[in-house]
Amino acid sequence: MRRRTTMGLIGRLMAVVFALALAGAGAARAEPQQGGTLNSTLWPEPPGIVIGIHLNAPTLLPSSKIFEGLLTYDFALSPQPMLAESWEVSEDGLTYTFKLRQGVKWHDGEDFNAEDVVYSLTKFIPEVHPRSRPTFARTKVTAPDDHTVVLTLEEPYGPLIRSFDVIGAPIVPEHVYNGSDIRENPANRAPIGTGPFKFSEWASGEYIHLVRNDAYWLDGRPYLDEIYYRFIPDSASRALALETDQVHLATQNDIELVDVARLAAMPHLEMTTKGWEWGAPISWLEMNLRREPFNDVRFRKAVMHALNREFIRDSIFFGLAAIPTGPIHSSSPFYTDDVPTYEYDPEKAKALLDEMGLEADADGVRAKIGLLGLPYGELWDRLSQYIRQALGEVGVEVTIETSDVAGWGSRISNWDVDMSTTYLTTLSDPALGVARSYITENQRKGVLFTNTSGYTNPEVDRLFAEAASEPNEDKRRELYHQVQKIVADEVALAWLVELQWPTIHSAKLKNVVRNGLGPNDNFAEAYFEE
Amino acid sequence: MPQLGFVLQWVVKALAVVLAITILNFFLIRLAPGDPAVVMAGEAGAADQQFLDQVRRDFGLDQPLAVQLATYVKNVLTLDLGQSFRTGRPVADMIFERLPATLLLTGTAYVFALIVGPLLGAIAAMRPRSVFDSLLMVVALVFYATPIFWVGLLLILVFSVQLGWLPPFGMQSMIPVKGALAGTLDVIRHLILPAVTLGLFYIAVYVRLTRASMLETATLDYVKTARAKGLPEWRVATAHILRTALIPIITFAGLQAGHLVGGAIVVETVFAWPGIGRLAFDALFQRDYNLLLGVFLISALMVVFFNMVTDIVLRIADPRIAGRA
Repeated sequence: MRRRTTMGLIGRLMAVVFALALAGAGAARAEPQQGGTLNSTLWPEPPGIVIGIHLNAPTLLPSSKIFEGLLTYDFALSPQPMLAESWEVSEDGLTYTFKLRQGVKWHDGEDFNAEDVVYSLTKFIPEVHPRSRPTFARTKVTAPDDHTVVLTLEEPYGPLIRSFDVIGAPIVPEHVYNGSDIRENPANRAPIGTGPFKFSEWASGEYIHLVRNDAYWLDGRPYLDEIYYRFIPDSASRALALETDQVHLATQNDIELVDVARLAAMPHLEMTTKGWEWGAPISWLEMNLRREPFNDVRFRKAVMHALNREFIRDSIFFGLAAIPTGPIHSSSPFYTDDVPTYEYDPEKAKALLDEMGLEADADGVRAKIGLLGLPYGELWDRLSQYIRQALGEVGVEVTIETSDVAGWGSRISNWDVDMSTTYLTTLSDPALGVARSYITENQRKGVLFTNTSGYTNPEVDRLFAEAASEPNEDKRRELYHQVQKIVADEVALAWLVELQWPTIHSAKLKNVVRNGLGPNDNFAEAYFEE
Repeated sequence: MPQLGFVLQWVVKALAVVLAITILNFFLIRLAPGDPAVVMAGEAGAADQQFLDQVRRDFGLDQPLAVQLATYVKNVLTLDLGQSFRTGRPVADMIFERLPATLLLTGTAYVFALIVGPLLGAIAAMRPRSVFDSLLMVVALVFYATPIFWVGLLLILVFSVQLGWLPPFGMQSMIPVKGALAGTLDVIRHLILPAVTLGLFYIAVYVRLTRASMLETATLDYVKTARAKGLPEWRVATAHILRTALIPIITFAGLQAGHLVGGAIVVETVFAWPGIGRLAFDALFQRDYNLLLGVFLISALMVVFFNMVTDIVLRIADPRIAGRA
């Protein structure tokens, strides 16, 4: 009897496997279909749509369909061909040689060639791109022939190979920009790129319209005929638009997290949190280390123990988050979890505060501090309220300070806060997106997204510098592991959550998130399945 | 001719008021904490000193405040509203791209409310404490008290999501309709829900105002005299009561007309209507000084202009006002 049951189970399992195999074969046979109009939300309306001149999130989404980089990156952030079909890095890490794709045309019909790449990396980016300016300032760029570009460095720079995506190094047409004032060039309102979609129209306050580039270098691509990026200011209206199939795609912060599970459960929609590996956003509580009591590591550790980050993840971010262990995002190839960790333990927090001599007064208050919350809406307000409550339970009285974005940025960049909440993309390489928040030389008063907390440790500075100029990936990984251990031990920042931005799209829309650039991919492969 | 003198006097006063408002706004905006360059850096998620210096230099923010003001006023007098900090585009272009959409929305709602509101209010006043009057007052109170965004979302849920009769947002279809007639009809379809949402709020105000004003006027002696003369009730109501009762309504309508430019931010947000209210709202949070000052200037001009129109209309409606002036 037992044997028969087992046999029956095996039989059923085999039937399931067979059915799945058939379904898989069917799916593999299903050819992507040509045509269709993709309607996507886009909010807020971007200030411009040329990557580099503007780097706002809503600029990137349409712009990444028009422009391309030399490379793109898969989910593990390994480089993949784009405008460069192959590349070689010399063993000493000082020479990068790119072989460019042939037969690529700009949207105005001109041929794409090595001069465009040289111009983009030596003129366009240094002039307008604040994020990539320091990276390409290290390189000398030459074009030995029309389809070869060589970058040489005086010393190796590890993150360089992860700097050639469309966001970090967009390639723009030399024949359009050369000799002009880049910021005033008329092409900024009607951009000319090499991407699978051409700019068609920008109706102010309404939409940006892109159309298929029939002369795209990859035969038969793109599949879609056109894309409309529709500006819908209200998040409830954006959710309704997805719900009623009026739009097919929303991403990042388009949808309030409270709505995500409801929309994801709808049969006509799908949701993924993949595709933001290049951005790797982490939210943290920043303490001003120039002030007491934050300059005492025991206080910072007490804060970590007082915060229940599982609660923050599950109840404030509705599960669309992960708990970070330190400064580097868990999706990074340089990440390690072998670092000191801080479990939720208010008693431990109290013991650390006792050890500091912060005794509770008659009202049970040991210290009074201010918290400037990120003014990005209700979710961040709730986070501030939770922090106030959690720290209050260990005797730290928190006063929540409010401001709009401008005031918030101004106070943080001028170091005029006790504590603040924020999030920042940590980008494709720690040298590009992580070091800036920890190294001493990046304490620049008045400049946002620098080391505003005032953290300083010469050993950490040395490790970051060494890792940046180390050509060997394994050695870099080892150096970054050391950084993570030190910085986590010193609680340079109180890392709260890794944000998992949802991309919600029509179930009929395929190939939306294919690599580490996610919705900022060029959508050449995206198609509607009928 | 005295009317012409009045208008000329008004224009001079109006220009002085607009100039004073411009200067006041210039300083008020700068009182708000926050540096536009830092906001732009924040939006871009990237910043370095070069970027901040560039922004400050490009928009003259590195100059002393007095120099900035003098430059701005001089430019405004030559009808140059400057460039938006955020987009780098001429402010006038950005405003005039959006102005028609806002005027269409607020103008439709306003006219709709000006016709329906006083009419319903007058009917209610003629039969005070009747079932119609009581019901109307309750409904008006509900629409007056309910947040406008909530009314908008409810209308979307009923007429777009459930019934599918009308589009939920935007000023035209996702894929713009071709042809002038089809295009106009498409815009009208999109206009209905936001205009009704905004109109319901205005109507609620006019209904209550008209009713109260008429009931008060109805107690005056000259109305009693009119009735005593044996005039029919409808004639007493229209020729005697309504004309006098219209004075506060005209005053209110005039004040409201001046706010047509910026008065629809919430409705524009809920319905993704590409208007100027939203443009101003975003400009405020982005510390886009030039754009904000441009919107304020247009708004001030509208307020001043409609105040003038209201004064003229009031002098026609009630000749005693001209006599007093």
